[in-house]
Amino acid sequence: MTRTMKILIAFLAAFGLIAAACGSSTAGSDDEGTDGAVASDDAGSETESDDAMEEGSDVKAAFVMVAPVGDAGWNFMHDKGRIGAEAATGVETAFVEAIPEGGAEFDNAVQQFIDDGFNVIFTTSFGYMDATERFAAENPDVVFEHISGFKQNDTNFGNTFGRMYQPRYIAGMAAGAATESNKIGYVGAFPIPEVIRGINAFALGVAATNPDATVEVVWTSTWFDPTVEGNSAQALIDAGADVLTMHQDSTATGQAITDAGGTFIGYHSDMSEQVGAYLTAPVWNWTPRYSEVIESVKAGNYQPGSYWGGMADGVVDITIPDSSPVAADMQKVKDDIISGDFDVFDTGDVVDQDGNVIISNGVVQTELTDPFDPSRVVAAEGDALNDGVLLTMSFFVENVVGSPAG
Amino acid sequence: MNEVTIVGLLVDVIAFGVLLYLAALGELVAEKAGVLNLGVEGMMAIGGVAAFWSGVQFGSPLVGLIVAGIAAGLLALVHALVAVVLGADQVVSGLALTIFGLGLSAFLGKEYVSLPPVEQFGTLPLGSLRELRIIGPILFDQPWVAWLAAALGFLTWFVLERTRVGLGLRAVGENAATADAAGQSVTVTRVAAVVVGGVLAGFSGAFLVLNLAKGWTEGVTAGRGWIAVALVIFGAWRPGRTAIGALLFGGLLALEPRLQTFGVEVSPILVSMLPYAITIGVLVVFSIQSRHRPSAAPAAIGRAYRREER
Repeated sequence: MTRTMKILIAFLAAFGLIAAACGSSTAGSDDEGTDGAVASDDAGSETESDDAMEEGSDVKAAFVMVAPVGDAGWNFMHDKGRIGAEAATGVETAFVEAIPEGGAEFDNAVQQFIDDGFNVIFTTSFGYMDATERFAAENPDVVFEHISGFKQNDTNFGNTFGRMYQPRYIAGMAAGAATESNKIGYVGAFPIPEVIRGINAFALGVAATNPDATVEVVWTSTWFDPTVEGNSAQALIDAGADVLTMHQDSTATGQAITDAGGTFIGYHSDMSEQVGAYLTAPVWNWTPRYSEVIESVKAGNYQPGSYWGGMADGVVDITIPDSSPVAADMQKVKDDIISGDFDVFDTGDVVDQDGNVIISNGVVQTELTDPFDPSRVVAAEGDALNDGVLLTMSFFVENVVGSPAG
Repeated sequence: MNEVTIVGLLVDVIAFGVLLYLAALGELVAEKAGVLNLGVEGMMAIGGVAAFWSGVQFGSPLVGLIVAGIAAGLLALVHALVAVVLGADQVVSGLALTIFGLGLSAFLGKEYVSLPPVEQFGTLPLGSLRELRIIGPILFDQPWVAWLAAALGFLTWFVLERTRVGLGLRAVGENAATADAAGQSVTVTRVAAVVVGGVLAGFSGAFLVLNLAKGWTEGVTAGRGWIAVALVIFGAWRPGRTAIGALLFGGLLALEPRLQTFGVEVSPILVSMLPYAITIGVLVVFSIQSRHRPSAAPAAIGRAYRREER
């Protein structure tokens, strides 16, 4: 191979990499046209910092996102939370999107933020956990808040998540009332406790309004692949489901059920603009929690911890659809969850697919272990229900059809 | 499992088969001329974003198909220039094309993410044939691109096996120096084959985005271009056998969610791995066979041709 050829190839390869990089970092929150819910969105913020609204504050908050924010899903809601927190706290914020988990891109992005003087960094994907922990140890002056993980330290590294199972239960109530075939489809990403917990809460909600209905689960083995998601939704429709919901990042499930003339219950964000068959959706609202963390850093009293906020904290929510025949019941459950009079898994019997009573009125009936570490007991027989049981949930309740093992 | 679910499965098998077949057919043409193009994934992505753009602009799937073919064909031309005209390493150039295509499509498609679907490829006006039980939905209610794929498969076989053009193309892929000596322009043949391959990959991307994913998103191809590359090997560089392979691999893609609704306790992750596992198996069988008889692969594949080095 001649020298010229080598140079040409190197040039082409470099060009390819640059283009790939452009694709992943050229941000711009250009969703105004696609989602009416983002009225306050500020286009073109990219990785550039927005102007600080409050002069004199030296707190700057940065966000690292795993996928493009324009996907109406997980990352889209984090970006809404960022924009909301910026408005609420007046601090300067910035974000980078489409940063892979476990790669050098993450390290580069975080280091750049630190070099640019950002002193609160939110890392919003589970797979960022270990790298965030490392950065926290190396940069004691910067606060790191990791979303959806479980690690923390004593000074500058905490984690945050939301009790999405609460609005999932209410969504299940709506689904149970809406189904005519008594078959509800659930397109799930991976059989992990977070997803299983959501399916169980949803199924308990279904049982509350329709004891005859079942919730049929199909696993896609991907968070985001509209083709597979749509295909899985179609499989459920063919199997007789007339109401679908999902734990995925695209709206493909909603498109499929719209085409089939059924009912869709979304997830992440209000998808009424994109999906014709939309009824309601359990949604994320990160603004209050992000604002709280930023305010604590401003005040100099940030305390790391494992924050798991629920509907009472406003981190998760659901809109009650007026058209649902059980709207009043849903509203009552919503009020009771917010007031603390009701929570999903501590009322009545929680029975698994084999008919075993796992939890009865908030008391664990059988020894439960951590699926990732079977030697670790999270609750013994007779123990009161605790968050550990919810965080390691690996069984399906009785009205779910499918395998919790994937 | 009942008639509805089985018909639903077979409809999906054909759809995924068509998706893979279009891309694999293009790769087959390029490889038959002796050019390995690992940029299928990138060309599909470019075709997909071009089709969606076209759908938003013009609302016509036919225009979308043409625009997707042109866009992916132009991208393939880059590979042709680098790997054929300049004689650079085909593997490196092809991989760069995939990275470049995925990045460029993500960049160009930024504002199309999460937009509602544009018009899909429709069905042919086959009247009462479409109403036939079982056969109707599986065969006659398919989008016309499925019929186009079948026609292109036949056309590819005919041109390769029954025409002088095809003979010349195969000669270039088997022994470029001999073909050159016989008066066949190696460069022109190879560039044309690579561009045709790109156009077909673009068609595949258009079908993926308009009919299967029903929308544009970054990374919509999700590795399916690589399955198409594997499919060419599985099909032993023959259009007919590749069609069977496309239905088999497409069937595996379609089965992944469906098996679960049938109550079959097989890990979906295992099923999604199968196309690659089968390809590895086929490679092993081929390499054992090739000890006794000539390999099915074009002899000159992956090798740049320069007359002065003959």
